[in-house]
Amino acid sequence: MTEKKKGTLDRRQVMATVQAARGDALMVTGLGSTTYDAGTADHLNTFCLWGGMGAAAMTGLGLALAQPERRVLVMTGDGEMLMGIGAFATIGVQHPKNFALAVIDNEHYSETGMQATHTQRGVDLAQVAAACSFASTQTVYTEEELDAAIPKLFADEGPTLVVIKVNTQRYPMSIRLRDGARLKDRFRENLLGAAEAYY
Amino acid sequence: MKPEPNPRVWPGDIYQTFKAVGVKQVAYVPDAGHTQLISNCQSDPEMVAVSLTTEEEGIALLAGAWLGGQRGALLMQSSGVGNCINMLSVPLHCRMPLLMIVTMRGEWGEFNPWQLPMGQNTEKVLEAMGVYVQRATHPDEIGQIVNAGAQLAFNSNCVVAVLLSQRLLGFKDWSK
Repeated sequence: MTEKKKGTLDRRQVMATVQAARGDALMVTGLGSTTYDAGTADHLNTFCLWGGMGAAAMTGLGLALAQPERRVLVMTGDGEMLMGIGAFATIGVQHPKNFALAVIDNEHYSETGMQATHTQRGVDLAQVAAACSFASTQTVYTEEELDAAIPKLFADEGPTLVVIKVNTQRYPMSIRLRDGARLKDRFRENLLGAAEAYY
Repeated sequence: MKPEPNPRVWPGDIYQTFKAVGVKQVAYVPDAGHTQLISNCQSDPEMVAVSLTTEEEGIALLAGAWLGGQRGALLMQSSGVGNCINMLSVPLHCRMPLLMIVTMRGEWGEFNPWQLPMGQNTEKVLEAMGVYVQRATHPDEIGQIVNAGAQLAFNSNCVVAVLLSQRLLGFKDWSK
């Protein structure tokens, strides 16, 4: 086990910093706080999951395989990632070069009463991903480290993982679109054009 | 398990149907009944075959594929259906198409009693979730049923499971 450091970054500030650098990248966010964070900067190229806990990383993989010329970034929380932890192995084996994953890690299940997740108790997601053949993995704690990591999320050969340790600040729910069917159609229409999205 | 004496034709029918309807991503947790089909998809340069650690990963994968404009199919055994139930919320709520091809266990001449609870309830739990279930029992109808299931899924934006009866795999005497 590595020495225990505390997350000090603010999750909404992290989301804003990443969003500012996204360019034309496609994004998938996971249940729940990360989807709320993404809701503060509603974007046509972002698909926000508000269900299917554990789905975020694999949804990003399917999207990355379908759109090999586009960068795909998945942003999700530590609890959501732990529920789909097998995805590290599946993604490592598939090895999509255009795929990046950012885990916003506050070490708690913040939607359900701030219970500890395994990342608070010694589980190191970056090491898990490294052991699953990810091309690069790291954990960042400071703004400087985050700034240095962001270009990797959008440019480094994938699959890449950046675990971003954040504090336990909670924010109001900020969902823009509750209807997944509408969100899916909007995402597809923007990416594929109406003719292909609805044919 | 020992290989069947005669090669089966219907896995090729499923593969040809996948080609005809434009399936590009094939996610799977292996089953003996899917061996030939998995092998066909793996060796097709126009398809990506994605090996999963658990079946629900495939539901999420194919949601992403659809968001990116590709069609997919998910191959599993009936036991894997149980692993998928909550994850089906994603395509069901989002009205995304999903085509699942499920080889059945726990019914025709089953030798492993641990397969019975899931095998005997596969159809019920899928239907309880709002999945359209289409069952194939005869080898010569499988291609047609998969084709109709694909049309239902991809053109009506719904979740379809084609169940391949255990009888199709033949009876194996494991009593001695």
